[in-house]
Amino acid sequence: MSEMRDSVVRPPTLAQAGVEAEQEEDERQRHLPTWFLILWRNMRSRFGMFLLLAFILVAIFAPLLAPYNPRDNTFMPTQLPSTAHWLGTTQSGEDVLSQLIYGARTSLLVGILAGAGATLIGLVIGLIAGYVGGLTDEILSFFINLALVIPALPLMIVIAAYSPVKGIWVIIIVIIVTGWAWGARVKRAQMVTLRERDYITAAVFAGDSMPRIVFREILPNMMSLVIAAYIGAASAAIGAEASLEFIGVGDPTVISWGTMSYWANNSGALLTGQWLWIAAPGLALALLITSLALINFGIDALSNPKLREE
Amino acid sequence: MVYFLRRIAFFIVTLWAAITLNFIIPRIQGGDPAQAIVQSFAGQGQGVDPAQVQAVRLMLGIPNENLFQQYIDYLKAIGHGQFGLSYTYFPYTVTHMILQALPWTLVLIGVTHILSFFIGTAVGAWAAWRRNQLFDSLATSISTFLGTLPFFWTGLMLLYFLAFKLGWFPDSGGYSGHESIAFSFSFLKDAAYHAILPALALLITGPMGWIMGMRNNMIQILGDDYTRLARAKGLSEARIAMMYGARNAILPNVTAFAISLGGIMGGSIIVEQIFNYPGMGRLFFESIGNHDYPLMQTIFLFITVGVLTANFLADMLYGVLDPRVRRGGR
Repeated sequence: MSEMRDSVVRPPTLAQAGVEAEQEEDERQRHLPTWFLILWRNMRSRFGMFLLLAFILVAIFAPLLAPYNPRDNTFMPTQLPSTAHWLGTTQSGEDVLSQLIYGARTSLLVGILAGAGATLIGLVIGLIAGYVGGLTDEILSFFINLALVIPALPLMIVIAAYSPVKGIWVIIIVIIVTGWAWGARVKRAQMVTLRERDYITAAVFAGDSMPRIVFREILPNMMSLVIAAYIGAASAAIGAEASLEFIGVGDPTVISWGTMSYWANNSGALLTGQWLWIAAPGLALALLITSLALINFGIDALSNPKLREE
Repeated sequence: MVYFLRRIAFFIVTLWAAITLNFIIPRIQGGDPAQAIVQSFAGQGQGVDPAQVQAVRLMLGIPNENLFQQYIDYLKAIGHGQFGLSYTYFPYTVTHMILQALPWTLVLIGVTHILSFFIGTAVGAWAAWRRNQLFDSLATSISTFLGTLPFFWTGLMLLYFLAFKLGWFPDSGGYSGHESIAFSFSFLKDAAYHAILPALALLITGPMGWIMGMRNNMIQILGDDYTRLARAKGLSEARIAMMYGARNAILPNVTAFAISLGGIMGGSIIVEQIFNYPGMGRLFFESIGNHDYPLMQTIFLFITVGVLTANFLADMLYGVLDPRVRRGGR
């Protein structure tokens, strides 16, 4: 934590900017947590936060923003872009733009839930392995390494293909089950170094219980790591959902950027010249994941002062 | 030595775990794929060969049978290299289909993965060396965005613009119909021409992870004490960049090279399907669509074992390259 405070040393120019500005700055620092200030100062993560906010707003206000109901299939099918349908219509006569806007909901939902699930499992396994050590650590580390080397997408495909039910929830569960290992590995490593610190030894001697030590002493010191892992897991989940839907092992009736690409590809959008139908959802996906990656630039800087921008 | 023994033990246990996982997945989720397959054989009007049913049973098991016995039979079948019959490509065996597709994917993935590694590492090293300058900001910003593009997007866009619209490259297949597969110059030229677009689709996103990884490693190392000492000693800039920075920063990427093979394999499933490329990825994709479970599972096993072996070799190489790992135990 002390490292993090050091970094918010104000630039020398601020000292000349008058007492008033300095007080204001102090005021802001008291109200905003340090991590937020570091993120805000990093231009990349500031841009990423605005971009992510834009996607969240689109998802929330989708009914107001979308020109039509995304399932309304009463239009002429396979139309090229026009003023009535900016991105054209699908093979069954739905408005592509409206589907694109509603698709943000699915991607964000998957990112939030699957990211949280994978982070939680990774956190629990990583903390136990790192804290308990010994044989437990050996066994858990084996499972972490195993899950890391088994190719994720083929594994997800096989599990999803055997699933007797189809749907977005199956996809979310599959992503959680296959995507926790990276976070677990990072947290285990952090736990191992934290466990040796003096204040933890002091807490052990003071007779604190294990949950208290883990939740009150250790977890607050790895928050930046947990947030970074969460953002990483959410990006991976969003990308995986789209890929699985594109391959067709998901539920093709869900409105998502992955199913849009699936239908566009399978109804010959490229042959009819409707390339925007394919370009738009993939691009939206890339922009959403980019916004998360940009935020993670700032979070990397939280845990690694050498990467901070001067 | 302890390091190498540990890695060998880990490899053997992961191999066993992967084979067992392949056994468990179809059985854990209920339903009866074996029954469905046997029925669809009969549905197609083909005679049901008892050997065929037996093969399906070995791969997928019949619920009434003792699970432990099923597992033993499964291990025996794998030990003998018997993976059963593909039911889409009946009467060919699964192994026959996979061996036909394997070379295409090996070449496609091998070339693109190695190219990605070198391009990304070079760009990343240069960005770290010119940290916070124009090249660095451009390289990190562009690679952040390009790296997030989904494989299906890059594949479909290349297909539309470079194959359909401009007609510069063939839009599907691994070689032209008039060529026959042979080790001849004209065939290799034709195959390379067909491989350009699929390779490009993988190469657009491929180097991006390496750029960031290499850049961050190298920034770390350029700030370390021994690099500062090198500066203080007055060594040339080129020597510091190459022998101190890049040389040490590239080490962690050796293991990353093998781990990321799994990712590019996932990409090739999608890209091969888009370009109708005759490799393992397309075969896997088709086996899913056709519910050809024996084929699907065997391909999954091949992919997993391939990636595990690559990781094992990378770990071994890492031990040779970095004495710290050998001595430190782990």
